[in-house]
Amino acid sequence: MTESDFLLEMNHISKEFPGVKALDDVTLKVRPGTVHALMGENGAGKSTLMKCLFGIYKQDAGEIILNGQKLEIHNSKDALNYGISMIHQELHPVPHRDVMENVWLGRFPMTGIGPFQFVDHKKMYADTAALFQQLEIDIDPNALVKTLSVSKIQSIEIAKAVSFNSKIIVMDEPTSSLTGNEVEQLFKIIRDLRKRGVSIIYISHKMEEILQISDDVTIMRDGKYIGTWDASELTTDLIISKMVGRDLTQRFPERSNVPGEVVLRVENLTSPNPRSFKNISFDLRKGEVLGISGLVGAQRTELIEAIFGLRSIAEGKFILNGKEIKIKSPADAKKFRIALLTEERRATGIFPVLPIVENTAIADLNAYQTAYFLLDEKKMKEDTAKSVEKLRIKTPSVKELIKNLSGGNQQKVLIGRWLLTDPDILLLDEPTRGIDVGAKFEIYTIITELAKQGKSIIMISSEMPEILGMSDRIMVMCEGRLTGILDQKNATEREIMRHATLYLA
Amino acid sequence: MNFDTKKLNEFLLEYAIYGVLLVLIIAIAVYNSNFLSVNTLRDILMQSSTRVIIALGAGFVLITAGVDLSAGRVVGLAAVISGSMLQVADYSRRFFPNLPDLPIWIPIVIAVLAGLIVGILNGWIVAKFSVPPFIATLGTYVMVYGVNSIYFDMKPNESQPIGGLRPDFTVIGSGSIGSGPYSIPYIVLIALIVAFVVWIIFNKTKLGKNMYAIGGNINAAKVSGINVGLNLVMIYAIAGALYGFAGVLEAARTGGATNNYGNMYELDAIAACVVGGVSTTGGIGTVPGILVGVVIFTVINYGLTFVGMNPYWQLIIKGLIIVSAVAVDIRKYISKT
Repeated sequence: MTESDFLLEMNHISKEFPGVKALDDVTLKVRPGTVHALMGENGAGKSTLMKCLFGIYKQDAGEIILNGQKLEIHNSKDALNYGISMIHQELHPVPHRDVMENVWLGRFPMTGIGPFQFVDHKKMYADTAALFQQLEIDIDPNALVKTLSVSKIQSIEIAKAVSFNSKIIVMDEPTSSLTGNEVEQLFKIIRDLRKRGVSIIYISHKMEEILQISDDVTIMRDGKYIGTWDASELTTDLIISKMVGRDLTQRFPERSNVPGEVVLRVENLTSPNPRSFKNISFDLRKGEVLGISGLVGAQRTELIEAIFGLRSIAEGKFILNGKEIKIKSPADAKKFRIALLTEERRATGIFPVLPIVENTAIADLNAYQTAYFLLDEKKMKEDTAKSVEKLRIKTPSVKELIKNLSGGNQQKVLIGRWLLTDPDILLLDEPTRGIDVGAKFEIYTIITELAKQGKSIIMISSEMPEILGMSDRIMVMCEGRLTGILDQKNATEREIMRHATLYLA
Repeated sequence: MNFDTKKLNEFLLEYAIYGVLLVLIIAIAVYNSNFLSVNTLRDILMQSSTRVIIALGAGFVLITAGVDLSAGRVVGLAAVISGSMLQVADYSRRFFPNLPDLPIWIPIVIAVLAGLIVGILNGWIVAKFSVPPFIATLGTYVMVYGVNSIYFDMKPNESQPIGGLRPDFTVIGSGSIGSGPYSIPYIVLIALIVAFVVWIIFNKTKLGKNMYAIGGNINAAKVSGINVGLNLVMIYAIAGALYGFAGVLEAARTGGATNNYGNMYELDAIAACVVGGVSTTGGIGTVPGILVGVVIFTVINYGLTFVGMNPYWQLIIKGLIIVSAVAVDIRKYISKT
């Protein structure tokens, strides 16, 4: 191919941080009008590479060429002006303002005479409506952003990128909080953009999606460029083996747990919120992994947070080992040896500025209390060190701040936190979300191991292969209702989807 | 090479606060070498003592990502309460003309309890009603001043400054172990003991760990089964008790009290914490940092007066230090995310 075949070229990019070579001679060449997947485990250097593209970091070596022209990008505003925009994984809209203000933020159309300039709301509305029509996005420009779903807000972000006449749009894990239908909608927009010659750099961990939507795939590992392939030449296994640098014979560990007697019976659990879960009854057995599947909005998180006492219930009973119990707060749940790993690791899991020791011991401080209200710090450190070793947490020391660890290792610290409380029942909400493939396998191994030890696990997951590969039984929810409990042996993706969409119009 | 300069930068940012203190002292000493003396040191430590106790209280609250504006008014309340009950028997304008000589600890405990109650009130409003700490403590700030003024205005005192404090009380504020230049003032010793106790609470107790956790991520704290409300009430209560104790010491140190004692002390305390590295976004802060923060401000007050600088210029320098300290703190935060 000649030079001009590429819209964007990032050639021989290197970037070094104190002690780490984050990028080592990385190359990324994006053809016009294509979806280019950028893949690699967490820590492979994808975000660093993108930060160089946006001028957030300055690369130590290498060049960035757009349309055959070498660029100097000093900040994200430069990048925007060159026609490069990014849809972040975590969206940051202004929730209390309306849609059109969010789209044109910082560049409102003005009208008026001489020095008396006012925001031209009419034009702003018309421009927004035209933009949305062009992209076939069905959102009222006057709606308040806080009333919209995540997928709609994402559409707004994409529209905003298009309004900058962006030639390159980077999407970082765009489907991480979308439902099946919404993903389809997003893909429709992406295909449409591709037709207009816009190139998408698509960052995702979801193999199925990558194979479905992308044209080219570039894979990175440990800050190095591994290669670029035509997506049609690749399979899930091929991608994984290139990402982890070894052949991955299996994605899920061998399971040898044997579910026993019923430990927890949930009867007729109903939320006070009429739009949330209602009339949920199920059994959880000793040594069982019970998967909960469903689309976003199925109220799965709400359900298990209620079991943990984080949300109140209007009706329903918990029967633990044959005895009815009341769970009114997380402290109650802990007392009954129930643990919860939340979905939002950053928002409700880690204490970013605290060391691993504190992050590990915080849910079980009573165990370390000595006479005179002091804490046995030595024991805290010992237990943390044991947890670090047992769960194979990669960290220089137990005193490292947790925010400096990768997502997978943070998640392992949180699992370690709850294991210290010696729970019988673990509630895991999307335990592998945003975690790279290698670490995922380790977390699966931990879950399997725990089930083998006789602990009961309820695991919410939106990833079909994960639910099918890890659960003994699969409970499916739709719109707050339980639509079926399937046995793993005869569960299929189709069957789960049928139950998950049972009450959807 | 690149590596080294980055490390150096990080080091400088991390310890900037100590650098500032050193530069201040050197600059003042160059101007007037008499500044470097044992007497100066003792004066600075003495003047820092009550401020340290108030700042430690403010630190508790700041680390939970809150703020406590009621501190200064609680100092005033405790000063007036303790002073009103500890006057010499033959003083002509006694607050309680017929009050017998109480054991000294009774009025002190009452004054500290008053602070504790205000603290509990603060914590309760914040935890129970989710009123932002800034507003909750602004409310109690005004109320405490009102309560204190009513008490202070009671007959027969009618808002006369309280004086004639018992010497066995004032000796706490002005006495010392030994005499001469190498004596150790009681008040400095008391402040050090309080600082040590607070250090233990911060680092060695469940409450301390919970405090850092609540400030670091309040939602994660809830999910971890921490009773956030109860912990907040306890933290504000301890803070209130510390302000109360500081108020008692202020009365003892100055030998008197009025309802305006402690006015605006909360701002000095917050500034000292912030300069001492307590993060305004919560979860970060140490006792040694707070101590250095307080001492820096005392050095500025004392040192710049010592060299005869116009007091208005001192204000400008103080303000600059507050703002740059936070700017540096934020840079630390940004560089690490």
